[in-house]
Amino acid sequence: MNRVKRKKGKPGGLKGYLYLLPALLFLGVFLVYPLVDVFVYSFEEGYNSASQTCYGTGLYNYNYVLHDPYFLQAVKNTFLLVVITVPLSTGLALLVSVGLHSIKPLRDLFQTVYFLPYVTNTLAVGLVFMILFKKTAYSDGLINLLITWCGGDTVDFIDGPYWAKMFVLCFYTVWVVMPFKILILTSALASVNQDYYKAAQVDGTSKLRTFFRITLPMISPMIFYLVITGFIGAFKAYSDVVALFGTDLNAAGMNTIVGYVYDMLYGDSGGYPSYASAAAILLFAIVLTITCINLLVSGRKVAAGGGYEYGK
Amino acid sequence: MSMENKIIDRKTDYQKTEERMAGTSGGRIKGPRAGAGTADRVDYGRVERQARIKNRVGKTITYMLLTLWALVVLFPFYWMVLTSLKGYGAYNSEFIPRFYTLSPTLQNYVDAFTTVSLGRYLLNTAVFTLVTTGLMLGVIVLAAFAFARLEFKGKHILFVAFLSLMMIPNELVVITNFVTVTSLDLRNTFTGLILPSVTSVFYIYLLKENFEQIPDSLYYAAKVDGTSDLKYLFKVMIPISKPTLVTVTILKVIECWNSYVWPRLITDNPDYYLVSNGIQEIRENGFGRENIPAMMAAVVVISVPLVLLFLVFRKKIMAGVSRGGTKF
Repeated sequence: MNRVKRKKGKPGGLKGYLYLLPALLFLGVFLVYPLVDVFVYSFEEGYNSASQTCYGTGLYNYNYVLHDPYFLQAVKNTFLLVVITVPLSTGLALLVSVGLHSIKPLRDLFQTVYFLPYVTNTLAVGLVFMILFKKTAYSDGLINLLITWCGGDTVDFIDGPYWAKMFVLCFYTVWVVMPFKILILTSALASVNQDYYKAAQVDGTSKLRTFFRITLPMISPMIFYLVITGFIGAFKAYSDVVALFGTDLNAAGMNTIVGYVYDMLYGDSGGYPSYASAAAILLFAIVLTITCINLLVSGRKVAAGGGYEYGK
Repeated sequence: MSMENKIIDRKTDYQKTEERMAGTSGGRIKGPRAGAGTADRVDYGRVERQARIKNRVGKTITYMLLTLWALVVLFPFYWMVLTSLKGYGAYNSEFIPRFYTLSPTLQNYVDAFTTVSLGRYLLNTAVFTLVTTGLMLGVIVLAAFAFARLEFKGKHILFVAFLSLMMIPNELVVITNFVTVTSLDLRNTFTGLILPSVTSVFYIYLLKENFEQIPDSLYYAAKVDGTSDLKYLFKVMIPISKPTLVTVTILKVIECWNSYVWPRLITDNPDYYLVSNGIQEIRENGFGRENIPAMMAAVVVISVPLVLLFLVFRKKIMAGVSRGGTKF
């Protein structure tokens, strides 16, 4: 590499920067500057985007956001969504991937089908879920029909009680995030050294034991990767919520933290970039804290799992 | 795989039998079981059959569960196509939804293109996707070339700085970008829509890794021939890296087609809506009345291009996503 150092009489290597110029410009204007600016906004009290003035600096924006009932509702919704969907989708994806790994015929077909939700438009397909669950004057909707068949009472999942709305949201979120998790876990399963399984089979180890003592430890790094990215993704939930409940999320009581940020920024309740910034930074702080905790916990567990495997 | 399993299963059972026989011949007193070697031999066939049955039952359950999840995945797609083919009157008269329709109609698709400006949204999205992806390819190819091939001061520090930018969440920067674009008077323009989505640090990284695998000797040979860097980039590096470039392009197209947050913030004039905002607009004040079949027709039209793209480039998309699909 070093031999290519000098060319066409440009010893300083200005040429390199010339090639990088477009990328540097775009990243500087739309990524680095905004990152600094968002902290500035969050400390400017009463910033007005029309006149670009503010009347002081301090923690007022954070104070306001933390006492806003809409924000607290958004935090509650987001945490519930995270706590329910991350373990559920990861576990379900593990189950599906193990099943997928154990078969040969039709595997490609199943894999293709399972990946479909990844390439679809979240907003558009969300509407299908909405009409499946919605109860209107004309019809109770398909899901309510199934509930009636099973002998239950009909529920309006879109405009009804909180638990029902949360259920639809979690269901749709799991549906949307499964493709990525299945993809990662199937390739993790395929990369486990087959010799371990053969050795276990020669020893007459039961399938369940093989799974818990070989498969799980071997793919645990990937599982924790999925848990961490799952946490981050679920904390940023927004467009799937809009798809189900419309743009006025505060009225539906189903807002998320990211939704709160955007509502503060724009729309009928918008025009407050300072509050939006404070909320975004709070979100970032939450995500960062949880990711760090995750890394600490998983680091220990993965190490333990790996140690066990090699110790054997 | 399953054949192999069976063979190994058989081996295991055989070994067990042998072990037991060895135990008896070893002269260890085993009470009533001593000398049961012949009985074990008879058992062998049954053990094998049982194992096969157990295996088959396991397989059947696996296939049933996999099919169940496949149905959960596919059902919304079936329902959206089915509903889009039902007539407006027919749909609204079904208090109990039907799983099939005997009189399919394409009227909803006509409505979706005439009553609401679905065509406009599709055109906008196509323009947005093409221009954004094109610009991005130019920017990332040049940047990746600089990092992979050229030498300049501070290259390594700069590259580390680039990588650290990958961790910045979009939610943090979108606020300032919104204010910037608004104050530049670029709301409701394609410029305002496109510019913030042009660069992607991750794709620069991906492409740089790919460029670095091209042997240095090719570069020296080109240099000896007096080829300029730019010509070398276009005549050698880009053709060699075509698979990666195709993957990056497809992933970016999917991302553009589905983007919702930024377009929603930056456009409030329906003339500039992309499909995601368009469908939301159709939902909220679309057909003048709640016309769900026509809405589903619009959803089908929006979903079809990406599903087709996926079916054609299935392997590439899945490989690309598993390498860098940290988006979720």
